[in-house]
Amino acid sequence: MSRRPDVKNAADAALTYRYDGSFEGFLCCVFESYTSHEIPTAIIGPDAPEGSLFDVKEISTDEEHAARVARSIPVRISPAADDLLRHAFLTCLPEKELVMLRFLQQGYRYGARFLSFAGNEEVWRLTEAVKRLLHEAHLLKGFIRFSDQSGVLVTTIGPKNFVLPFLAHHFAARFPEEHILIYDEIHHAALVYRPYESAIIPMDDFRAAPPDEEERKFRALWRSFYDTIEIRPRHNEKCRMTLMPKRYWRYMTEFTKDAPPEMARIGTGA
Amino acid sequence: MEKLRILSDAAKYDVACTSSGAQKSARRGGIGSAEAVGICHSFAGDGRCISLLKVLQTNACVYDCAYCVNRRSNDTRRASFAPRELAELTIAFYRRNYIEGLFLSSGVSGTPDAATETMIETLRILREEYRFSGYIHAKAIPGADAALVRRLGMLADRLSVNIELPSGASLQRLAPDKTKAAILGPMGLIQGGIHESRDLVRFRHAPKFAPAGQSTQMIVGATNESDRQILTLTSALYTRYQLKRVFYSAYIPVNEARALPPVGTPPPLWREHRLYQADWLLRFYGFSSEELFDKTEGRLHPYLDPKCHWALRHREIFPMEVNRAPYELLLRVPGVGVKSAWRITRARRAAALTWDALAKIGVVTKRARHFLIANGKRYFDAPAANEELLLDLMSPRERTLYRQETAPVRQLSLFEEEIPTLSPVERKELSCLAAPM
Repeated sequence: MSRRPDVKNAADAALTYRYDGSFEGFLCCVFESYTSHEIPTAIIGPDAPEGSLFDVKEISTDEEHAARVARSIPVRISPAADDLLRHAFLTCLPEKELVMLRFLQQGYRYGARFLSFAGNEEVWRLTEAVKRLLHEAHLLKGFIRFSDQSGVLVTTIGPKNFVLPFLAHHFAARFPEEHILIYDEIHHAALVYRPYESAIIPMDDFRAAPPDEEERKFRALWRSFYDTIEIRPRHNEKCRMTLMPKRYWRYMTEFTKDAPPEMARIGTGA
Repeated sequence: MEKLRILSDAAKYDVACTSSGAQKSARRGGIGSAEAVGICHSFAGDGRCISLLKVLQTNACVYDCAYCVNRRSNDTRRASFAPRELAELTIAFYRRNYIEGLFLSSGVSGTPDAATETMIETLRILREEYRFSGYIHAKAIPGADAALVRRLGMLADRLSVNIELPSGASLQRLAPDKTKAAILGPMGLIQGGIHESRDLVRFRHAPKFAPAGQSTQMIVGATNESDRQILTLTSALYTRYQLKRVFYSAYIPVNEARALPPVGTPPPLWREHRLYQADWLLRFYGFSSEELFDKTEGRLHPYLDPKCHWALRHREIFPMEVNRAPYELLLRVPGVGVKSAWRITRARRAAALTWDALAKIGVVTKRARHFLIANGKRYFDAPAANEELLLDLMSPRERTLYRQETAPVRQLSLFEEEIPTLSPVERKELSCLAAPM
């Protein structure tokens, strides 16, 4: 079902688009593909290594072009398709830009009913990727462990997908009076919140200060609770790992140890 | 530190840890929100979700229920939380995002009223002084005054009373201090409270009584009620008392008592698993408890999930065309869940569904392939014989266990009380399954 619109020079050359990595930038790639009647074989971000074998076309971000494409999606396909694309952009799906471009090409052709094509490759891949994104965001709402660092709640996470936008709303609704910093060490960005406003900012590095005495006390209490609550005759390691994948463990209080107080200057981060 | 260990150790046999059913945000100046879907904050080594700080206010108890770790005659260490101390701990854990809220239960030190009052004070400090709007699940104590249960319900999101044992007779034998009436009394009271408060929703600021509903729990395997008895009771609880959840707890012997399985008996985990599967069928799939059993059978098939078992007994309605079958029937197809059934009804409006599309929708084709036709196409040319199908519907582990139990021809004893854990399938039942329809 993945037929593509007629394009003059499709696939007669390996063509690469390079864009600035923003959603608007991606929309401009879509614009370019349509106005130049060509389909790129790769769309890469600004940090991707230079592949000299291919033609690389630099796509600069033009607000007006981006806005034109953005306007067309909810109208010519559907608002749900618009949501799906915006969410898909935050996922870690490999070559997501190409899949999204192919999604748009077919969406423009079939209109609103395109999203319910259950067997369509692009619809399926994007839906699955978004499902995983939302799932990871949901898991992290629970798995995040804050440390109280002189009144500010801080933590580090290492998610596969870019989940900070989803966490922002959740923690703002939960802790309206707190100051919060969530550092995403994979995407080098941080969510910062202070009463009634939040922002997601780029951040290269963040190290939490060593825990103070009170913080150590509550961490120890939590670990003791965690160990006690298990019913030993029902131990089930596989079940635990399915529900709470191991890649999250190293950020979680229950699986980390605090250095003894005199060595505490090294700290444990999470 | 020691106190938390004692009081969480004493509370851990309570199964419920769900934080679902309420949706709210913190008020300005307050703390805490709840999401309707619930959030798990961690998973213990036994794979159970940890969502709430599950503790007892005190584990001192005047009752002497045979199955309970905290019974009067047990020689364990006793401790209790002062209301303020527990409220502070809850908030400290909550701020660090360790927990979704509090699950508070209590032993009965003194009278049921006094115990309830201490719990109320803890919740009052949380709600009023900390302006905490996170999730609170409180356990109503059988025998407490109606006015106090009412107050507790105004402070908590969910209230529950444990039925503990699935029949009045067992209750009398093992929990002589509790009666069926003492348990069902507060349950009715809670239901009344929830009802009343639903009527009040028209007034936006009317206080809500246990907005996330009530739940209960039954111990499975301590006494000899059959699966059929348990599920009939469950189904009555859902309809008559409008419970949100019934939990089952495979009995882990913690006390030596003549009337109970000896300490060291493994908990009947498979049986518990089957009961939960059946419970889901009751709540989301439109099954009635009677449908899950053959005429005289008292228990669920130990090696096959109850939905597959039902389908095996009703092969006359299969295979059905996935592009035409109504939603209610799709729900009865093994391998089709609530979500995939819904997606099917939506997707087939756009285009006829093929096997490939079904897989993408999330249908478990491994099971569904025996029961569906997709756009005129069967998955197999010929339908499988019942015995073959039975084996195919099992997971590898179930199959291994099933083969172990059925391989040697065992002498059939009709009068022997079977141990509820993984009890062998009687060959009679098998032969009737394998017979041509």
